[in-house]
Amino acid sequence: MKPVVVENIVQKYRVKKTVVDALKGISFTVDSGEIFGIIGPDGAGKTSLFRILTTLLLAESGNAWVDGFDVIKDYKEIRNRIGYMPGKFSLYQDLSVQENLEFFATIFNTSIQKNYDLIKEIYQQIEPFKDRKAGQLSGGMKQKLALCCALIHKPTVLFLDEPTTGVDAVSRKEFWEMLHRLKLQGITILVSTAYMDEASLCDRVALIQKGEILSINTPGGVIDQFEKPLWAIKANEMYKLMNAIKDDPAVESCYPFGQYHHVVFKTQENSKQKLENIAKGGHFTNIEIEAIKPNIEDCFMALMKD
Amino acid sequence: MEKVITAKNLTKKFGSFIAVDNINFEVEKGEIFGFLGANGAGKTTAMRMLCGLLLPTSGQATVAGFDVYKQNEQIKKNIGYMSQKFSMYEDLTISENIRFYGGIYGLSNDRIKEKTAQLIKQLHLEGQEKTLVKALPLGWKQKLAFSIAIVHEPAIVFLDEPTGGVDPITRREFWGLIYEASARGITIFVTTHYMDEAEYCNRVSIMVDGRIDALDTPANLMKDYSADSMDEVFLHLARKAVRTGD
Repeated sequence: MKPVVVENIVQKYRVKKTVVDALKGISFTVDSGEIFGIIGPDGAGKTSLFRILTTLLLAESGNAWVDGFDVIKDYKEIRNRIGYMPGKFSLYQDLSVQENLEFFATIFNTSIQKNYDLIKEIYQQIEPFKDRKAGQLSGGMKQKLALCCALIHKPTVLFLDEPTTGVDAVSRKEFWEMLHRLKLQGITILVSTAYMDEASLCDRVALIQKGEILSINTPGGVIDQFEKPLWAIKANEMYKLMNAIKDDPAVESCYPFGQYHHVVFKTQENSKQKLENIAKGGHFTNIEIEAIKPNIEDCFMALMKD
Repeated sequence: MEKVITAKNLTKKFGSFIAVDNINFEVEKGEIFGFLGANGAGKTTAMRMLCGLLLPTSGQATVAGFDVYKQNEQIKKNIGYMSQKFSMYEDLTISENIRFYGGIYGLSNDRIKEKTAQLIKQLHLEGQEKTLVKALPLGWKQKLAFSIAIVHEPAIVFLDEPTGGVDPITRREFWGLIYEASARGITIFVTTHYMDEAEYCNRVSIMVDGRIDALDTPANLMKDYSADSMDEVFLHLARKAVRTGD
């Protein structure tokens, strides 16, 4: 059996009289040794899904297995085998770095020495601060310690719930490099993120929005699903240009992307000509137009609108 | 052009630690100014000084024409502030939050009524005036928080990572609000971890170890560093950092 199998999982929360559908029948499988990304904004249901798979929350309905074990019946077995790094920092703030690590090793009936090779590379970066209390570490160091604690018992599947939220671009890049090295050691990794650009660092991704999976594919596969030609345009007054493009009835969508706007037309004949006409009609200058390949964020927005 | 922020050799030390190290810059009226830096680079300390919440150790700065040493109360009245961590009161309704902030900033009752109607319409929240803010989806909360942060038409609004976690469409709608405010003459001072958003700014500064190591338009920065995106420029500069963490 595959390391993670999810079948039609439904989760609801009741707040007074209103019912919130957190997960609306989610299904997917994760292959052994792959980095599988759950990509979606806050409120998409990512944390609910992680809590169900890590046996901390009972789903309303549906089935799921982790490492071949049922998340309800075999929850003890699963807890021994997996590593989980929740989105919220959950180590003991008033224990030191080393005490936290020792604590988690002991809980799992192992020792730091036994699996040291697995965490060595990450732990060495925080070792100079091993006597510092966890609560006094910087964000980046907390994250590294949390990862060490989640790995100390050599889990078969690692669950990382939004490990890079609020982390700057440099630390994010380093964190993903660490994940790729862990993957080489044969650990299956399920990771969630709200940063769309991180999708390209996963082997496969599930794009998730409002409790529903929009697409499951390789990052390249998601991009190939984007069927319509995509145009990038830039001119002197970008905000005015965006409004001019959006006001044109032939335009399906127009979104700002960095220095460009990305534009899709409803019908594709002469679409470059149409875009040029909009720009010229609005008396814009320094106009640049080119056909481009979509990125994951283009695809996510197109899927959100379907 | 009118300068809404000026900083000259602005410095903050905590003991022997130099959190902000002689920074110099000016921001013009209506400009969208991106304030970037890795965690721990000194962004928050610099922002707190500019908001009149923290006294500098040395150097000069003015915000909306007021001096950060002597007129910090005046500064607070003339700026707006929004961060993802703190924005509105979750247990108050939408209209109560607008009324509360309007009141804090000294708007008259008539003006508050007028502003409430205007904001509700602009954000398409008709019929939800009495909804508790905690029941709103994150994206709406952020758009509402921004609109409330400028309810008193401040000279400048400080946005501290305003768009974390929201879906890509909402994130762009949020930037639509930023552009509108800037077109009305409100200066925008924004920090973000999304490098594509850095490219929406008129100018961008990048802090490394308390210093401003780069400051220019995104196009010029990309040219100077022979980079295709602001992400590359940022990684190039931030990797030099000696300091880590926040």
